[in-house]
Amino acid sequence: MPNAIEVNNVTMKFNMSKDKVDSIKEYFIKMCKRQLRFEEFTALQNVSVNIEKGDVFGIVGLNGSGKSTFLKVVSGILKPTEGWAKTYGTISPLIELGAGFDMDLTARENVLLNGLVLGYTKKHMKEKFDEIIEFAELQDFVDVALKNFSSGMVARLGFAVATITKPDILIVDEILSVGDFLFQQKCEERIKELMANDTTVLIVSHSIEQIERLCKHVMWLDHGNVKMLGDMKTVCDAYKSM
Amino acid sequence: MKAYLQTFTRYRHLLMDLVARDLKVKYRRSALGFLWSILNPILMALVIAVVFSQMFKFKQPYYASYYLTGALIFNFMSEATSNSLTSVISGASLIKKVYLPKYIFPLQKTVFAFVNMLFSLVAVIVMMLIDGVPFHWTMLLFPIPMIYVFVFTVGLSLLLATLNVFFRDVGHLYSVFITAWMYLTPLIYPESLLTDTRLGSFTLMSIVQFNPMYYYVTYFRRVVMDGVIPGLEVNLICAACSLFFLVLGVWAFKRKQDKFILYV
Repeated sequence: MPNAIEVNNVTMKFNMSKDKVDSIKEYFIKMCKRQLRFEEFTALQNVSVNIEKGDVFGIVGLNGSGKSTFLKVVSGILKPTEGWAKTYGTISPLIELGAGFDMDLTARENVLLNGLVLGYTKKHMKEKFDEIIEFAELQDFVDVALKNFSSGMVARLGFAVATITKPDILIVDEILSVGDFLFQQKCEERIKELMANDTTVLIVSHSIEQIERLCKHVMWLDHGNVKMLGDMKTVCDAYKSM
Repeated sequence: MKAYLQTFTRYRHLLMDLVARDLKVKYRRSALGFLWSILNPILMALVIAVVFSQMFKFKQPYYASYYLTGALIFNFMSEATSNSLTSVISGASLIKKVYLPKYIFPLQKTVFAFVNMLFSLVAVIVMMLIDGVPFHWTMLLFPIPMIYVFVFTVGLSLLLATLNVFFRDVGHLYSVFITAWMYLTPLIYPESLLTDTRLGSFTLMSIVQFNPMYYYVTYFRRVVMDGVIPGLEVNLICAACSLFFLVLGVWAFKRKQDKFILYV
């Protein structure tokens, strides 16, 4: 199987400036006083991983271990400080609940906008619109502004838009934990459907059971380092017995 | 290069939708809607015409049309750049969550201002009919200065949007800057004032000749009002300014865009 995602030696550092300098005056004063200090925070340290096409890849780790940063690097939102990440094919990122949703717009407008943000055409989104709404079970709320939605409803809509057009790579960050158990089942079924279609899925979840149910391979991140990488059973067992 | 073009064609639907949304927002809840884009400049030109040709006695034939042709070009640039300035920062919620080419945001604002300029162009035509400006076939060349100023503005917008991410002062300073810039462009006063006004041993023209907007504004007036096609030299100046700012803006934006997410 060819690789769908290649991550090579990625290091991601953030400047945690103690006080944010965003005016020219401050910048020059601080520069003259030599106070322009930055504390570097390393979110990812030399992470390398190749993910095969059609794989369902899980990432586990405690809070602050760099899971979300890793997903953002893969989806191209963040550019790594060192190293590189390459992806092959279209990506649907579900990094956050309703990423790219405008809360003042209605569900109908948001489906269209979100599709365009993901790089689809308007025509395509109009064709798929009914299917999306049906999957999200929001038939009665099509023309309601999103700010009046519950977080579960927003999550459902987000998941429906992201998965409706069989992306080559689907990135899912922790969002499956929102909807009720019926919708979670539906999402998992959709993910399995996509798996059968050779879509590569990248999942971050705190629910180890979910990872065990869905994934083939798992990476365990600890403070930005890869602690373990391998097939699901070995890594999950080690993670649980930590 | 090919990859860039592919990304652009992929996201052009988004760009068009964002511009369309801007237009809808602008005219929401106004009874006359799009008509305001035409009516507003005409009314504004009438006010300016009364003040400056009656009270200040500027000797300029077809004063209202003279003002409006200049204001059309300048206001496009001013609106586009002022909105682009904050565009990346206001797009923060998107930039942080999905990948999309970041130049979409300044480009959206510039295209939006360009569409507004096209609406206002109707106002210019109406005003020129009212004033009785004679018809010249060179009027048909009006898109040329518009393309020059568009390219210039895209470059400047990218540059300002980049600067403003790192230094928010730029936004505060820019509104003052644009006012000074407006007075250094012959919009409300006749072009003859530039050579007549003496500052010591210089004329005002010795400053204004470094103002790119001067060339775009006068180019537009030459073809639309005077029936003259500007010579090669003026065309070269216009093209050089536009390309210089485009390259500068693209260069600055491309160099810094990966850092935007850490500052917005």
